[in-house]
Amino acid sequence: MFLDRFWANTINGLSYGSIYALVALGYTLVYGVLQLINFAHSEIFVIGVFGVYFTFLALGFQPGQTPNVPLAGIIANLVLAGAVGMILAGVAAVILERVAYRPLRKRNAPRLAFLITAIGASFVIQQIFRITRGSNPEGTIRLLPPEPLFRIFGAPVTNLQVIIILAALALFVIADSFVNRTRLGRGVRAVAQDPATATLMGVNRERVIMITFLLGGLLAGAAALFYLMTIPQGAVFNGGFLLGIKAFAAAVLGGIGNLRGALLGGLILGIAENYGQSLFGGDWRDVVAFVLLVGVLMFRPTGILGESLGKARV
Amino acid sequence: MVRRRFAAAGALVAAAALVLSGCANQSGSGPAQTSAAPAPAQPNNAVLPAGDGQGRCAPGTSIAYVGTLAGQNAALGQAIANATELAVNQHNQANPGCQVTLVKADSGGTPDTAVGPTQAVINNQAVLGIVGLPFSGESKAVGPALNAAGLVNITPSATNPGLTQNGWTTFFRGLGNDAVQGPAAAKWMQQKFTPQSICVIKDDSDYGIGLAQAVTQALGPQVAACQGDVKTNQKEFSATVGQVQQANPQAIFYAGYYTEASPLIQQLRDAGVQTPFVAPDGVKDEQFVVNAAGSANGSFLTCPCVPQEGFTAFTQAYQQAYNTPPQTYSAEAYDAATILLQGIDKGANSRPALLNFVKSYNGQGLTKKFQWQPNGELTDTPVYVYRVDGDKIVTDSPITG
Amino acid sequence: MTTTEARLSSSGPKQSRRAELSRWWNARSRPQQWGLLVPVAALIYLLPVLNPPIITTEPATSFPIALFNAAVFALIAIGLNVVIGQAGLLDLGYVGFFAIGAYTAALLSSPDSELGVRFPWLVIVPIAMVVTMISGVILGTPTLRLRGDYLAIVTLGFGEIVRLLADNIDPLRGNRGFQDIARPGGAYSDGTPIFTQNDAQGFYWLAVTIVIIILLFMGNLERSRVGRAWIAVREDEDAAELTGVPTYRFKIWAFAIGAAVGGLSGTLFAAQVGFVNNQRFDVTTSILYLAAVVLGGQGNKIGVVVGAFLVSYIPDRFQFEPEYRFLVFGLALIVLMIFRPQGLLGMRQHLLTFGRQAYQKLFGAGTGVAPTSLTPATRPAGEPPEAVPDDRSGSRPEGGGE
Repeated sequence: MFLDRFWANTINGLSYGSIYALVALGYTLVYGVLQLINFAHSEIFVIGVFGVYFTFLALGFQPGQTPNVPLAGIIANLVLAGAVGMILAGVAAVILERVAYRPLRKRNAPRLAFLITAIGASFVIQQIFRITRGSNPEGTIRLLPPEPLFRIFGAPVTNLQVIIILAALALFVIADSFVNRTRLGRGVRAVAQDPATATLMGVNRERVIMITFLLGGLLAGAAALFYLMTIPQGAVFNGGFLLGIKAFAAAVLGGIGNLRGALLGGLILGIAENYGQSLFGGDWRDVVAFVLLVGVLMFRPTGILGESLGKARV
Repeated sequence: MVRRRFAAAGALVAAAALVLSGCANQSGSGPAQTSAAPAPAQPNNAVLPAGDGQGRCAPGTSIAYVGTLAGQNAALGQAIANATELAVNQHNQANPGCQVTLVKADSGGTPDTAVGPTQAVINNQAVLGIVGLPFSGESKAVGPALNAAGLVNITPSATNPGLTQNGWTTFFRGLGNDAVQGPAAAKWMQQKFTPQSICVIKDDSDYGIGLAQAVTQALGPQVAACQGDVKTNQKEFSATVGQVQQANPQAIFYAGYYTEASPLIQQLRDAGVQTPFVAPDGVKDEQFVVNAAGSANGSFLTCPCVPQEGFTAFTQAYQQAYNTPPQTYSAEAYDAATILLQGIDKGANSRPALLNFVKSYNGQGLTKKFQWQPNGELTDTPVYVYRVDGDKIVTDSPITG
Repeated sequence: MTTTEARLSSSGPKQSRRAELSRWWNARSRPQQWGLLVPVAALIYLLPVLNPPIITTEPATSFPIALFNAAVFALIAIGLNVVIGQAGLLDLGYVGFFAIGAYTAALLSSPDSELGVRFPWLVIVPIAMVVTMISGVILGTPTLRLRGDYLAIVTLGFGEIVRLLADNIDPLRGNRGFQDIARPGGAYSDGTPIFTQNDAQGFYWLAVTIVIIILLFMGNLERSRVGRAWIAVREDEDAAELTGVPTYRFKIWAFAIGAAVGGLSGTLFAAQVGFVNNQRFDVTTSILYLAAVVLGGQGNKIGVVVGAFLVSYIPDRFQFEPEYRFLVFGLALIVLMIFRPQGLLGMRQHLLTFGRQAYQKLFGAGTGVAPTSLTPATRPAGEPPEAVPDDRSGSRPEGGGE
């Protein structure tokens, strides 16, 4: 059973892992700059999911039907929905930072206070969706049903998986080069390394923080599109909870504060839990994910790559 | 039903009515069993909340809905609360001499949160009876308290068989339990598919576990050798899909709710698995069809609930009042409330009196004939099979042993 | 650390009023403090009987049960405070210990349990505490070498693993749960049992009593060598290690003691509800515990009791408006944190051992009693009077203030 489905699980794990990795990048960026676990990041992701979903609705797609649109149209629609999701999530992340975190920073609050505010914000965002959209998942809108494109060692690879893995990698490369090669990215790294010195050197810390949140939100929005493409039933008010925890775990697994660590952690977590559920059954999937996390941290206490954002070099 | 939500189920009514004439005839197609009542095409003699309009009761007399109203699993609770409220309103309109107040208490749907609100209702001496609690877990938790208080409670949706084995004298179940539905579903699958192998997949809820157990037992370990587990809120089922592909069964029985059933069947069909899909009342919901986006077509749904085409008046009134069609257990809740209201009209003005009234009740409701055994189970609980036809759920046949 | 005065001058008028109150309180003698505390405690005990309007959660939910839940929450917060507030270890999986306590009670007393035993509640409590303590050590031994947020995610993982195991392992019955869990015995004079599901008053009094006992125990622990070691670890682990504090061992102690209190609260909860299944032990619950500690003021045991009361009470109070109660709760968390980032009652950085004598010397007892007359005869000979100001020089205490 396990060996039969080894390659299928690997591919599936990579595709899921890419989604984890994109969300994990948001955790890692914010952590690198502020040393803050942004627990509300999973709700930023949910905002992205609803952004994508509402765009589908606005484009005239009806829940429950697989629309008959030519491929080019589908891709255009997906890109548009993804862009809306990214922008909404990015803007939401910046607003969250303004409303919930900045006042605390101004008061020099202890780190745990940020954590509680994040939890409060998480509750508020979830409840807003629950009250306005109800507690049932939104009706399924699926633009692109999965079709096997080719096979690797006998395991079918679907169009969705190819799109998701490639697009996620592309986004990662863009994010990575933004942080490592641009002027703004240098500011981000400088603040991550030493906020006080960076400020003295003329880096605008507030702006760097805003950009960090924006970037994390944009990536979460992109992840939201891929998630909704894989799981069309995913638009629900509490849909980000487990995914957020897994993505956070992925970020820690790779070494929190480290962009490449987040990618690696996400992919490893995605693959590992697919192997795990194949070996032990679907209900052990999450157990495998968490045991892996605990196990890795035993031996590599700062995660697999274990550097901080500030030290990340090209 | 244990602890989950149900949404719009009633839009099917109009379409289902069209096929009714074709389906109802099948009810005689097998040897009659206790659990195989014919479809009540029109329960003319059904007792309605309005009663005879001659009800007399003390002002302030109350019945209560206790169950979830907000939170993740709230949709089911809302639907039950609405149907109860509808019954009370209709009753009060028709009976100027007896104005019953409805008390709504939010149990949160989980065992630990249910105790407080339930106790508050028990303390409210004006409350003579309860419609609820919707889920089995919370019912287990508050059962002893309700029993000690002698407060009659009729659940419209909790189907765990163990609930009636606690010696509680106040607990009544308004529908068939899993021990009725499970064997009936197994029997039907055996007749329909003459299977060598059936995959029984269950979620981690009390409901899913109990039902899967009953089905597995009835099918026998040989046939149901393929057993799968999924988790509540799980959305990715590649392991289960792989398992089914490996076993290649004649049918899949999924014991759980529609939230997981829709992505599950979609992913099964996407992977090319065309095995017939059978699921219980927890999946019988329009949401299942909509969220599976076409993949649900041809699925079979078993339910210890009678087809709703028999009670269009209720459906219309509900739709009018709440701007949404009634859902899976709305009619059961309406019946439960009706029985309590009947008791109050007939002069049961205390908790013991109402309890006695319910105990010895014998009457036709919208959904079925209501008469309880001493342990609180109904004497007669029909199980029906429904079928997903395109984007509608239609009546297939009653299960006839 | 700055001195007391530096702290006072740097803080606003509100802060200094609090500091003054705190100073005044510290200057009271033990009996005086007790004299003030007893009526407060009596009032707390009488709350369910008084059922005061506005404060009460009725008619939406039973007030005694809401109070009982708040008391259990307070107990949990006190236990978690040892880990977070005292030792400075961020634990996001504390609900795991609560779950282990509740499940131990269920396994040892429910007829649904495969163990087939029905132990009385009083026997279960110590067993559950030992079991959770052991699980605390088991979790702590490998993980406590991790620092900061890595520890947070590992403990979070632990909490999830406990919940998932309860779900997946058949004898733990998952969602089906355990019924008829043992309650404490005892009856009123008219023969009705004190501890029933219907009447949470007895349970509330029991819980408050346990909270008080644990508070006293924790107070003593704080002032002991262990407590000081924890604070040293919290403030600067490396410095503590260098000055000879076996930090690792004390961190394990913090984990084990915190876990035992968690287990105790689990048994209390299980006994009152009488039913345990896997529906309460998720990460969200764990995070709410953390919220209670931070909201009240980590490190301040009275503060966390207040925080726990609020976290448990606010949703209950808004039970009448179920649609919006968690929205209100989330907003309350944000607003409270923005206005009181240190928590409602911030950490009190004050002298521990012989602190009372020191404060009295510094600020006077304020009762006309000469400070010198209160000089303890209890100070053991030979033990250095740490942190007590030198009488002759009259200097400020080194460890005072923040």
